Amino acid sequence: MLYYILRRVLYTIPIAIGVSLIVFTLVHLAPGDPLSAVMGEVDQKMLAEMRASFGYDKPLPLQYLIWLGSALTGDMGYSLRTGAPVFGTLIDAAANTMVLGVAASFVGFLVGASAGMFAGYHHGTWVDKAVSAAAIAGVSIPHYWLAIILVIVFSVQLGWLPSMGAGAGASVLSWDAWKHMLLPAIALAAIPCAIVARTARACVMEILSMEFVEALRARGLSERRILLHVSRNALPTVLAVIGLQFAHLLGGSILVEVVFSWPGTGYLLNLAIFDRDIPVLQGTILLLALFFVLTNLVVDILQTFADPRISRA
Amino acid sequence: MTPLLSVRGLRKYFPVKSERFFAPRQMVQAVDDVSFSIEAGETLGIVGESGCGKSTTARLLMRLIAPDAGEVDFAGRPVLTEDGLSLRDLRRNMQMVFQDSYASLNPRLAVQGSIAFGPRAHGVPGPKATAKARELLSLVGLDPDQFGRRYPHELSGGQRQRVNVARALALDPRLVILDEAVSALDKSIEAQVLNLLMDLKARLQLTYLFISHDLNVVQYISDHVLVMYLGKAVEVGSVEDIYHRPRHPYTQALLASRPTMDPEVKLERSPLTGDPPNPINPPPGCRFRTRCAFAEDVCGRVEPALTSCGATEHAVACHMHVPDSGHSRRQ
Amino acid sequence: MNAPEAQRITLKFDALTPAPGAMEVPVGVMLPRTYWQTVGVRLARDPYTAACAFILLAIAGAAVLAPWLGLPDPAATNAAQRLLPVGSSGHLLGTDELGRDMLSRLIHGGRLSLTMGVLPVAVALAIGGTLGLVAGFIGGRTNMLVMRLTDVLYAFPSILLAVAIAGSLGAGVGNALLAITIVFIPPITRVTESVTTQVRAMDFVEAARASGAGAFRIIRTHILGNVMGPVFVYATVLVSVSILISAGLSFIGLGASPPTAEWGLMLNTLRESIFLAPLNAVLPGFMIFITSMCFNLISDGLRSAMDVRL
Repeated sequence: MLYYILRRVLYTIPIAIGVSLIVFTLVHLAPGDPLSAVMGEVDQKMLAEMRASFGYDKPLPLQYLIWLGSALTGDMGYSLRTGAPVFGTLIDAAANTMVLGVAASFVGFLVGASAGMFAGYHHGTWVDKAVSAAAIAGVSIPHYWLAIILVIVFSVQLGWLPSMGAGAGASVLSWDAWKHMLLPAIALAAIPCAIVARTARACVMEILSMEFVEALRARGLSERRILLHVSRNALPTVLAVIGLQFAHLLGGSILVEVVFSWPGTGYLLNLAIFDRDIPVLQGTILLLALFFVLTNLVVDILQTFADPRISRA
Repeated sequence: MTPLLSVRGLRKYFPVKSERFFAPRQMVQAVDDVSFSIEAGETLGIVGESGCGKSTTARLLMRLIAPDAGEVDFAGRPVLTEDGLSLRDLRRNMQMVFQDSYASLNPRLAVQGSIAFGPRAHGVPGPKATAKARELLSLVGLDPDQFGRRYPHELSGGQRQRVNVARALALDPRLVILDEAVSALDKSIEAQVLNLLMDLKARLQLTYLFISHDLNVVQYISDHVLVMYLGKAVEVGSVEDIYHRPRHPYTQALLASRPTMDPEVKLERSPLTGDPPNPINPPPGCRFRTRCAFAEDVCGRVEPALTSCGATEHAVACHMHVPDSGHSRRQ
Repeated sequence: MNAPEAQRITLKFDALTPAPGAMEVPVGVMLPRTYWQTVGVRLARDPYTAACAFILLAIAGAAVLAPWLGLPDPAATNAAQRLLPVGSSGHLLGTDELGRDMLSRLIHGGRLSLTMGVLPVAVALAIGGTLGLVAGFIGGRTNMLVMRLTDVLYAFPSILLAVAIAGSLGAGVGNALLAITIVFIPPITRVTESVTTQVRAMDFVEAARASGAGAFRIIRTHILGNVMGPVFVYATVLVSVSILISAGLSFIGLGASPPTAEWGLMLNTLRESIFLAPLNAVLPGFMIFITSMCFNLISDGLRSAMDVRL
């Protein structure tokens, strides 16, 4: 098993390199000068100097290697717009997204997993039907639309919650911060919550149909104990899905963050795209993608421990 | 007379997926140096326990798997050499019926389509192939009007296996390999299908290679029998020789362990002792020695070759029957 | 051949388990339906799927026939009539922030939005499906190569990749379509490869190889039919996702650009008006939601209908 883990970790390296290659290619794919964002604002001489200092006059493969090398040491260059170091900006934004992501996940997955398991256990009852219906709706809902609806209901109509920003609260745990976090977290959590609910429900139903549950009942175990057994068996798959959804959530937060102007990586990405701020663009996509790869790796490894049936040869 | 099929030194080892990077490669010696021949018009039965290499042998012959070594001649012509039989020609002459009657039929195709597939692949135009398929359905006892357009899940196990036989016959082969073809059927159906097979063999002048772990069925249908153990051929001979004068200790034990209706025959101890050795990198010498009641030193050092004993066709791979082997019980 | 008599008899068998009376079908009667006919019947009987199909047909139909439906010009602005509420006379669903008729824009928008939902999946299916089929059938090193390559693209979360590609290429419907197609090729390749590998390992494929048929014939007759089912179910789910992502791209300005009518774009431009006309602002999103949900439900229905005892 240890060898599997080792192999899996080693495999991540070419993937990560491939990812960085794609990020670099994508960003430099666009027609036009990488410095087009600032072109109107500085004169030719300044432009030439900037070009040299950013290294844009070097051949592309060399630029890639330089960028990759320095990125690994934390130097991702400077924003073309603000001039601030990319890495620092990214970390701050990532922290915000992480906060949002964790909040969304916590509630979303708890609700999703329990609702799903409950529905699966009570298959065929109205509860099951209700949960399934809600889950299908949840999976089909555009979360940016949900965000707008939440804003309309809770901010505009009821005035209970703010509709923008992360709040000026000093700490992340302040009431102000919570107030700002609630709506975006709900919007972000909707789809993953529904996916987890569906998975949990399907998992529980599959386990319940297995013969060993009949055997447990025949032995006289109480329904509550059986529920425990079933949940334990369902846990590895559900946890794996939760892990993956968490990773997706962090990577795909842009649409919700834009609605709420939540200062996270998604918001940063959005700005960078429209500013054509190449260094920030590269850095953000790279960070988000690598985090996704890392989370996948962790989920895979944890699954090896959790589910002994999975043969990892 | 040239045998219809002649096999010499067939070998296939499968690599075992190893966890570590640098550990030496381990091999499952699935089929090791197996040789036999089949005369036209006869039935050769291959018996052995699960995992002895019978099915692998069948697949090697059909070239569904590529052998590591060995020569195969069909009707005197070497197979898959430059001037020998091509793969396509081989497959026109040799066909196979698989064990799982359900899995061997495409669930999306009507059965007459499955049967017609072979001829169509060889250039027979559609309508003609379908007509032939329907003819074959009648031949195996299924009314083509009732069964032709049915799907596999609409047939019973016995009916499906008849379809598989019809499919195997679609290319007019001369040799048909039956790999545990009746093992999964209920006994009464099994008898029906066996009788069908024997009937077809007589009518179409077929030659059979019948693989099974069921000793009684093999006795019923075969002319000659090959006994396999852990990838090796341990005894071969006419069905008379094998069933009434078995020489190899393994064959004897196999036959002795058959349940019998005779109340006088009571089995108190299992005829076979010990555990079967690991098929991965088997120990040197005779592979049966760990379970053999007559094993001696020489059995652990030298591998016995298939040697003739008495009757012309009867051969055994056992030191007790090899001249000058050093075995104390040399007979 | 398909006499009503025969049809009624065969209906008794349509539970599709081998009927004990399988031998008792009267001679001359038309035999049970083909697999796809069975799937079709089961689909039609499922109320949810039928309802969704109906809704989608209505939306798609309206979209296709839009120019001939006698709707007001979707591009005609009228500052004096901006943000009229739903139910106003002459504007059944109100007007948007530039005075254009909402109903008209929603229906016209459907043309673009639906295309952006279905087209990328269709193209990705063609490309990824072929890749997966080849990789699964050939196996070995080719398989490993193809799957490793898809793994790299698969290492991006979908929305991120779509945004990254569309963002790099620039705004525009074409770029957005390209982006989403690229995002969908790896998952389709994966699913196709997985199913193909499973089907290829089945006995009937071995039997087909044993008859001496060439690779193309085997794929065409035995593999394709058995692979298409599950892959198609997956593709329908992807359509629902595609609708969400494509509208999302337009929402942040990377897809359609004004003044085009497109649901995601409309959702964006109406955002400022949520204080004045919240209902109007919500309508485009509702269309996205309904369309996506219909495809999801159809996918579920398709999966159940295809779950015939294989």
